[in-house]
Amino acid sequence: MTTAPMEREAAGANRLSDLARSIFSTVGILPILLAVVILYFASQESRFYGTANLTNVLRQSTYLIIVTLGQALVLISGGFDLSVGAVIAVTSVVSARYMASHYAANPNSELSSVLVGVGIGLLVGVIFGLVNGIGVARFNVSPFIMTLGMASVGSGFALYYTGGSPVSGMPPLFTREIGTGRWFEIPVPVYAAVLATIVVLFLVGSTSWGRYLYAIGGNTKAAFLSGIPVGVYTASVYVMCSLLAAVAGLLLTARTSSGEPNLGGQYPLESITAAVIGGISLRGGEGRIMGAVLGALFITILTNGMNLIRMESYFQTMAIGVILILAVIFDRLRDRWRV
Amino acid sequence: MQLARASVVEDVQPLPAELGRVELLRLSSIGKRFPGVQALSEVDFDLQSGEVHVLFGENGAGKSTLINIIAGTFPPDDGTMTLRGQPLRLHSPHHARQFGINAVFQEFSLVPTLSVQDNLYLGREPKHAGILDKAAIARGTKETLDLLEFHLDPKAQVGRLSRAEQQMVEIAKAIQGEPSILILDEPTASLTENEANRLFALIERLKEQGLGIIYITHRIQEIRRIADRVTVLRDGRAVATVAAGDVSESRLVELMTGRTVDALYPTIDHQPGPVMLQATGLTLVNGRVRNVSIDVRAGEVVGLAGLVGSGKSEIGRAVFGLEPIASGSIAIGGDGVQHPTPRGMLDRGVIYIPSDRREEGLVAMRPVRENMSLAALGLPTFSRLGLLRRRLEGRTVRSIAQRLNLRPLNIEREVAYFSGGNQQKVVLGRGLARNVKVFIFDEPTTGVDVGAKVEIYAFMKELCERGAAVLLISSDLPELLHLANRAYVMHRGEVRAKLTGSALTEEAVLANFFDHDADAA
Repeated sequence: MTTAPMEREAAGANRLSDLARSIFSTVGILPILLAVVILYFASQESRFYGTANLTNVLRQSTYLIIVTLGQALVLISGGFDLSVGAVIAVTSVVSARYMASHYAANPNSELSSVLVGVGIGLLVGVIFGLVNGIGVARFNVSPFIMTLGMASVGSGFALYYTGGSPVSGMPPLFTREIGTGRWFEIPVPVYAAVLATIVVLFLVGSTSWGRYLYAIGGNTKAAFLSGIPVGVYTASVYVMCSLLAAVAGLLLTARTSSGEPNLGGQYPLESITAAVIGGISLRGGEGRIMGAVLGALFITILTNGMNLIRMESYFQTMAIGVILILAVIFDRLRDRWRV
Repeated sequence: MQLARASVVEDVQPLPAELGRVELLRLSSIGKRFPGVQALSEVDFDLQSGEVHVLFGENGAGKSTLINIIAGTFPPDDGTMTLRGQPLRLHSPHHARQFGINAVFQEFSLVPTLSVQDNLYLGREPKHAGILDKAAIARGTKETLDLLEFHLDPKAQVGRLSRAEQQMVEIAKAIQGEPSILILDEPTASLTENEANRLFALIERLKEQGLGIIYITHRIQEIRRIADRVTVLRDGRAVATVAAGDVSESRLVELMTGRTVDALYPTIDHQPGPVMLQATGLTLVNGRVRNVSIDVRAGEVVGLAGLVGSGKSEIGRAVFGLEPIASGSIAIGGDGVQHPTPRGMLDRGVIYIPSDRREEGLVAMRPVRENMSLAALGLPTFSRLGLLRRRLEGRTVRSIAQRLNLRPLNIEREVAYFSGGNQQKVVLGRGLARNVKVFIFDEPTTGVDVGAKVEIYAFMKELCERGAAVLLISSDLPELLHLANRAYVMHRGEVRAKLTGSALTEEAVLANFFDHDADAA
C-alpha cells in the first residue's frame, strides 16, 4: 500500500499540531507566556531587568504567591474563594489597631505587641475560613455565594471598624523588620513566601490531606463512598486558604506601615487568574501547586512591566480580566485536546 | 469457542418478500472511530418498511454508536447510507427528523421543567403570526396520547413524572414527528409489563402502517415477541443478521459474546458460613424500599434481581449509608449498626461498588494508584499520622493491579485513559486494598467488554471461595443466574420472592419482575 503524497503531508501536519497540543496540555500555556512577556518588557524598558527592579518584583510577587497558594488549594478541592481580599483587609485593620494601641500604651513591650498582633491577624483568617467552610460544607451554600457574601461582610466590617481611615502607629519592629527589612539582601516577605510554598507542597504531595483534596475536587461522590469525611476536609481547605490570605494581609500591613481597610481588593481576581493560568482546573481535582506559584509570578511580572512602560492602571485592570478569560478558555481547550 | 470465525459463514438472511415491502434504509461498510477506540467497523445493515429489526449485543458492542449515526448525532467516518435508494448524509438529529428518522434514546431529550405538551412540540411549535398556538398544541398532544393509549396529563411537568411516564412522553414525542423510521433504545427498560404490552401493540400498528423500526433490547423474550430480524453486534462488527423466528437463545448469546455460555461464567463453589450481612425490616425514608429483610452469608454469592426502580440498588446503597433509613436494622457479622456511613461500613469490612463508576467510583483525572488506595489511605499500610507512605502504597497497589490483570499495567496512568473494563477493575481493586469481608456489587459488569467480564466473574469466584460474603445486585439475568447461590427478587420496593438452588431459574425470576395487574390479559 502506498500513501498518496497529499495524505502523507496531511499526516505530517497532523503530527505537528498533535505535538503542539501535547506540549500545551502537559506544561500548559504559562511558560510560553512568561517567556514572551519577559522578552517583550526587556526589549521595551532597560530598567526592567535591573537588580533593583528584580528585587522589587520578587517582593511584590510574594503577597500574590501566598494568596494564590490558598486559592489553588480551594480550587483543587472543587471550590473557590472570593473573600481573600476581605480577609486581607480585616486582618490588616484588626491587627494594626491592636498593635498600635498596645504599643502606644506599653512602648517597652514592642515584641509582645507584634506577636499578639500577628496572632490576632491569623485568628481573623481562621474565623473567616471556618465561616466559609461551614457554609459550604455543612449548609451546602455554593462557594460562589458563600465567599462573595463573606467578601461583602469583610470589607464592610473593615470600613466600619476604622471609620474608613487607615490605622497608623504600629511598632517599628513590625514595619521595619517585616515590611522593609532584608536578610542577606533578600526582602523578608520572600522567605515567608518560600516557606509557605514548601509547606503547601508538602501538604499536597505527602499527606493524606492533600490526596483527599484532589479526590474531593475530582469526584466528591467517589471520595464520600471511599469513606472520606468530605465535609471536614472541605471546611479545612477554606480555613487554610483564609489563613494564608491573613499571612499575606500581615505582610502587606507591615509593608504599607498602616492598617488599610481598602487593602487587597484585587486579590480574589488575581489569585484565581494566577492559579488557572498556572494549570489549576476550575472544575477541581487537577493542577500543580508550582504551576499556581508560577502563575502568580507571571501576573506580578506583567503588572510590573505594565507599570514600567507607563501603561494606565485602568488598562492594566482590563488586561488582567482578559488574561483570566483567556486562561479559562485555554483550560477548556486543554481538556478537550487531552481526550 | 471461536465463534467469530464460524459466524462469517452465516449469511445475511433476506427478509421474505412480502407485498409492498420496500427497503427504507441501507448502511454499507459503516465505520466510526473515537479517540482510542474503533467503535464500528464495516457494519452493513438494512431496514425494510414494516419490519422490526432488532440490534442485539453487549454494552460497548457498538449499538449506541450505530443508532446515533442513523439518528444524525454524528456522521460515520467510513461507509455510506442510503434512504429509499438515495444517498443520505445527516448533519444533526434535527436534520434526520426532516427525513422522518426519529429516535427514542435511553437518555431522555426532555426538558424536565416544561410540561408534557410543551415537550412534545419543543422546536416545532405551531404559531399564528409568531404567537404560540396553544390550542393546537393541546389538541395535538391529546390526539397523540390517545393514539398511544398513554394516560398522561398533558399539563404535567415532565420532571415530576416517573421514569416510565417520561419514557412514554419520549415515545409520544418521536411518534408526533410522523416518522418513517423509528429507533427505540431499550424502550421497555423502565416500563411495567402492562405498559410494555401496550408498547408492543403500538409497534404492531406502526408496522402495519409501513414504518421501519430499529429496536435495541437485551431481552430475548422481546425478540421472540416483536422482532422480524436480528442483527448481532460484537466489538463494533455486525457478526450476523438472522431471522428472528429460527434462532435459538443460546445461539444469540454465543453470537453476542463470542463464547459459549460455559466459558463465560465460572462455576462457584458456594460454602455458606455464618451470616455476614443482615438487613431486617428495612424501610427507606424515600419509600423506595419497604420492609425488606435479606441476609448474605460468608462464602456465598447472593443475587438481588428486579427491574430498574424496583429498589434493588437502593438496598445496597442503604446498607452502605447512602440512603436515609426510616426503620429496620442492619447487622454486619452479627453486630448491629445504628447509623451506617461509608466510613463506618468500610471499618466494619463492607464495601459498596457503585453501578455508575464514572459518577460515583472514580476520580478520573488521577492515577490508578491514588484511586485504588483512596478508601484505605487512613490505614497504617498507606499512611502514618497523616503522612503518606508512598513507596509502600505503590508496591501494594501494583500487586493488586497485577492480581486483577489491569491492562495496561501502569498504575501512574490516569484512570480516564483506561477501558471500561479496566476502570471497573480499578474500582474493584479498592476492595482489595483493605480487609473487606462483605462485597456489595451494584451492576458490576455494565459497560464492560466480554474479556473483562470473564475476569470480573473470576474475581468474584475467588472472593467467594476465600470466604467473603458477596451481594450481587444485577439487571443482567444470565449473570445473576449463573453466579448466585440464591437470589431475592425485588418488586416495587418489596421482596417478591426468595429463590434457592433449583428454584432459581429465569422463568421464576421473570415471573416476579412484573405487575400482575387485573386488566392484564
